[in-house]
Amino acid sequence: MKIFKGKGVYGAAAAGKISVFKRRDIQVKRVKVDDPNAELLRLEAAKAEAISQLREIYERALKEVGEANAQIFDIHIMMIEDEDFNEAITGTITAQSVNAEYAVASAADNFSQMFSAMEDSYMQARAADVKDISNRIIACLAKADCQSESGGEPVIICADDLAPSETVTLDKDKVLAFVTAYGSSFSHTAILARTMNIPAIIGLGDDFLREIKDGDMAVADGYTGEFILHPDEKTIAAAEEKRRSDEEKRELLKKLKGKENITIDGTKISIFANIGSVDNIGSVLLNDADGIGLFRSEFLYLENSDYPTEEEQFKAYKRTLESMGGKKVIIRTLDIGADKQADYFKLDKEENPALGLRAIRLCLTRPEIFKTQLRALFRASAYGNLGIMFPMIANVSEVESALELCEQVKEELRRDNIEFSDNVELGIMIETPAAAIISDRLAPLVDFFSVGTNDLTQYTLACDRQNPHLEQFCDVHHEAILRLIETAAKNAHAHGAWIGICGELAADTELTETFLRMGIDELSVSPSFVLRVREKVRSLDLSK
Amino acid sequence: MKTFDFTVTDKLGIHARPAGLIAKTAKEFSSEIVISKDGKNAVCTKVMALMGLGVKYGDRITVTISGGDEEAAEKAMMEIFATNL
Repeated sequence: MKIFKGKGVYGAAAAGKISVFKRRDIQVKRVKVDDPNAELLRLEAAKAEAISQLREIYERALKEVGEANAQIFDIHIMMIEDEDFNEAITGTITAQSVNAEYAVASAADNFSQMFSAMEDSYMQARAADVKDISNRIIACLAKADCQSESGGEPVIICADDLAPSETVTLDKDKVLAFVTAYGSSFSHTAILARTMNIPAIIGLGDDFLREIKDGDMAVADGYTGEFILHPDEKTIAAAEEKRRSDEEKRELLKKLKGKENITIDGTKISIFANIGSVDNIGSVLLNDADGIGLFRSEFLYLENSDYPTEEEQFKAYKRTLESMGGKKVIIRTLDIGADKQADYFKLDKEENPALGLRAIRLCLTRPEIFKTQLRALFRASAYGNLGIMFPMIANVSEVESALELCEQVKEELRRDNIEFSDNVELGIMIETPAAAIISDRLAPLVDFFSVGTNDLTQYTLACDRQNPHLEQFCDVHHEAILRLIETAAKNAHAHGAWIGICGELAADTELTETFLRMGIDELSVSPSFVLRVREKVRSLDLSK
Repeated sequence: MKTFDFTVTDKLGIHARPAGLIAKTAKEFSSEIVISKDGKNAVCTKVMALMGLGVKYGDRITVTISGGDEEAAEKAMMEIFATNL
């Protein structure tokens, strides 16, 4: 066994045979030509061909990894059409009377050096994009097929580095893992591997390149970043086990992706996903959620050293809404308190932070912070299908105050001639027993309820959820909790509101049937649970 | 000629995606649109030059627009910067 240490960019593992990635390595030679004009024509034809290939790859990536990640290929097209890049190429052809291949390669060298020389590691990674487009044009000049072939059994693809287009054109069913000697975790290849759920390790270094051979056994562990050459049986078995569980997930995906969340007797429910950052949108789309049921906006505050501005928030919300197309995105307003705060909030220490100045209470005592968030939310509403919900509601007056602030914000936006949507749904979290009990008075005020079962459990059972000694007393299926949810569901429906559940119980498939029978309209779970819950829903028959 | 200053608040600065968007939009206008940062200039229709400026979070840039449709172009550029950077 020999272990190489790199950086895992996607947590998953695989064991299998190595396939050393063979690029159609086209040696570019500098050749004098008699007719530079003929070279210019060849160049134009090759560029057109490269662009049409990229359009195809873009379409394919759009389906596999979503628009945000597919955009890189659109940008590759723009890079091929870039004036400076083209002037450099045509300039070389005409001034030196040389072949187009050489002109493309030397222009690409210059541009990728420009990126490599930049301070910013993100921009340095763009050098790989320049190389990728130039290789594509050169391959087209040589009329070589740019697609890479793979056949037979699935393999671990090992390479010096992989271009984004190489990653996306490989047949995913034949790839166990991507493993490279170089590369950066900012590279689009790393991003694509993550979105395609393929284990990937980068940065294994030159020794790795020297020692790998086609057909040798290896284990790639994206969790630890380890690449193990000639592994023993135990190591292989462990990796196989990890892979099997991943495979199961993939199977589930294949079987259930695009399917409706409908019971055998025809009852439908929406299954949404919970996310804590814009970065999670890829997995929301990949797992085929119907929408986002809980977007925890706290991360915008916790990641920052000062209050996030309206602009910063607006951009994050807009990006989320746009990435989700017309699907519903429910953003929860700031849910922060003494137990989970950023220093700049300067909150006092509290004896009982769970019962303290937090969430909506904090927002209503510091309306300027709250209004900044509401303005950003309403501005973003013009770009998708937004719902806003308020956490920790216990009183009717809190809902009234929050709605009043929403009206003020909308009025200001109207006055400033800033666009927003008139169809923003407003809702509240049901996470205090009080809210569930007076849900008949809250429902007429809002469009929807979303039950936060984690807090509802801790407040109903008086069990601190962070205290491990309380586990035996904290029955998450306690009848009191289920009755409170049922009360809220009845009252929501009586007043024309809908009700969802976004806490951990939503993913508890032992309760799926109970929730469906209560008439719950939506369940919002971690992206990786979406299909499991869908599978459960599709196996139920409520008529029995 | 129109000109406006802008401070970038996007974490990654003018990276690939916004550079593509800026270039695409710039091509819709006949006016020449130039972004300057620390004495370096990039014509906005050129996606490589835009990325090559290396505009990062917190950088202050100047956008200069001149040509027949400069008013409309300025509006479109402001919109892009405000919503994407």
